[in-house]
Amino acid sequence: MDKYAGNSLTAGALRYRSESPKKAGGWLGSGSRQMETGIEFLLKLSAFIGILAIILISLFIFAQGVPLIFKIGWLDFIFSLKWSPSQGSYGIGAMLVGTLVLTISSLAWAVPLGISTAVFMAEIAPARIGSILGRMIELLAGIPSVVFGFFGLIIVVPFIRNYLGGNGMSVLAGAIILGIMILPTIISISRDSILAVPKEYKEGSLALGATHMQSIKGVILPAAKSGIITAVILGMGRAIGETMAVVMVTGNSTMIPGSMLDPLRTMTSNIVLEMGYAAGDHQAALFATGAVLFVFIVILNLVVSLSIKEGKNYAE
Amino acid sequence: MFIEARKIISLLIAGIMLLATIMVAGCGNTEEIKEPGNENTQELSGKLTIAGSTSVQPFSEVLAEEFMLINPQADISVQGGGSSQGVKAAISGVADIGAASRELKEEEMTENPDLLVARIAMDGVAVVVHPSNSVQDISQEEVKNIYAGNIKNWKELGGVDAAITVVSREDGSGTRDAFVSVVMDEEDIVASAIIQNSNGAVKTAVVGDPNAIGYVSLAVVDSDIKALNIEGAAPSVENIKAGTYKISRSFNYITKGEPTGLTQAFIEFVLSEEGQGIIVEEGAISVK
Repeated sequence: MDKYAGNSLTAGALRYRSESPKKAGGWLGSGSRQMETGIEFLLKLSAFIGILAIILISLFIFAQGVPLIFKIGWLDFIFSLKWSPSQGSYGIGAMLVGTLVLTISSLAWAVPLGISTAVFMAEIAPARIGSILGRMIELLAGIPSVVFGFFGLIIVVPFIRNYLGGNGMSVLAGAIILGIMILPTIISISRDSILAVPKEYKEGSLALGATHMQSIKGVILPAAKSGIITAVILGMGRAIGETMAVVMVTGNSTMIPGSMLDPLRTMTSNIVLEMGYAAGDHQAALFATGAVLFVFIVILNLVVSLSIKEGKNYAE
Repeated sequence: MFIEARKIISLLIAGIMLLATIMVAGCGNTEEIKEPGNENTQELSGKLTIAGSTSVQPFSEVLAEEFMLINPQADISVQGGGSSQGVKAAISGVADIGAASRELKEEEMTENPDLLVARIAMDGVAVVVHPSNSVQDISQEEVKNIYAGNIKNWKELGGVDAAITVVSREDGSGTRDAFVSVVMDEEDIVASAIIQNSNGAVKTAVVGDPNAIGYVSLAVVDSDIKALNIEGAAPSVENIKAGTYKISRSFNYITKGEPTGLTQAFIEFVLSEEGQGIIVEEGAISVK
């Protein structure tokens, strides 16, 4: 793929030269080289600023949070269930579990639904309808998270309270809202990877006598596997990082939820809830929560790149 | 080719403008730094530092602003840190005034007998329920047992047979501090309590759930929620001043020894009619 791209670029450049010899001495003329160096410098500068910002932020998070983690003992910090900064107890165990529980339960329904939708849009629906649906999904991705949270608070929470019990602010409410929020990611990336499967695979499968459904299940989905895994992991990343909507609907209790109707608190919620008045060790504990989350997400990104690599090996 | 060149140039211009914006934004801060003021022998000049309670902080900030409008030579800086930090700062002299949204603890008083407390304002914490809730009177002990998780159903208090949804504030909040120190008597708030991080969010949670109980600053209470009478006293400005409604807190300015100069002038300003007016405007209760 890269080779072709390179070739077409060269071809374009050649054509560019051959078509415009008479303008070579025009107003762009001798200045063009300087301009090019200038642009290159600007691009380098932007890249440098971007990377510097990331490095500084990470350094700051760890510098603020890590000393407290060691002061308390990292095992205690990560696994203790008692979070009561005013009494000097800093344990984010319940929130670690909360993040995991909420992420898994939102993925549990959003992944099957998302992949099915992607298959429908790419394989079954007429191309025109597929593209209309695609537009709508993109629209869904553009809605700010606070709007989802508000919808959850006004519609989903009272619904759960009235028909399922509990007080409504629950794992279930969070999972429903978070699931809706990660659907666009899962659907659009899965759809793209299904559409990217070479046509010949499907034609070959159909020619061998397989039905359309058999081809989808036996040929197309396995061929699109690495893309779909990426979709799921990116969705998971969004679910772990989401804060605003989660704070609004999950109740934020510092305990491990015993059922889907119990409230929970995630690590991101913990930071946003308490940052207002936190000072001293309390504030450091919130940075430490951020550091743990950071490590969590780095691990996740490693898994993404590994799974993509594996997918490439599989394709070869 | 012209189009190409134009594109490149417009990109370049956009890039330069972006950089310029960043630089201007970066410079903005430095412009605000004031030249060190001329040391004036006038009475109300110089620096004054107030540190401590984050609940008092917004009041101190507004009061300091007003004070500096009247006395442009004075430079008052207001910092947070929490009530305990405020007391420590007053003791060590790091701050001229330590702000605390609680009374001095006994050991703080005995260890530092020269600390002086000026009460500048009061704030009530109302225990609120949904307007449809039939419970109106409650004892402080019952509130404690609800928040400790011992009373779990409204019928134990003469209400409907429904589980109580306990709504609390996040750790570190001044309202929670006041509530815990008056009501909870060393007991922990039950872990299953719903946590909201502002008075408004607690109110929303209570308005939305007929079985919820929460606590908010008195200034937030309106007809959407019902404030309970505690030990027979309604949460009102009069009852709080009279001391019959117990869940309240004082906003205190703590100084080491008798305040002098700028410190004294500022505390006098805060306790004046104008200062107290600002305090009421900002949502607390005047001490006058």
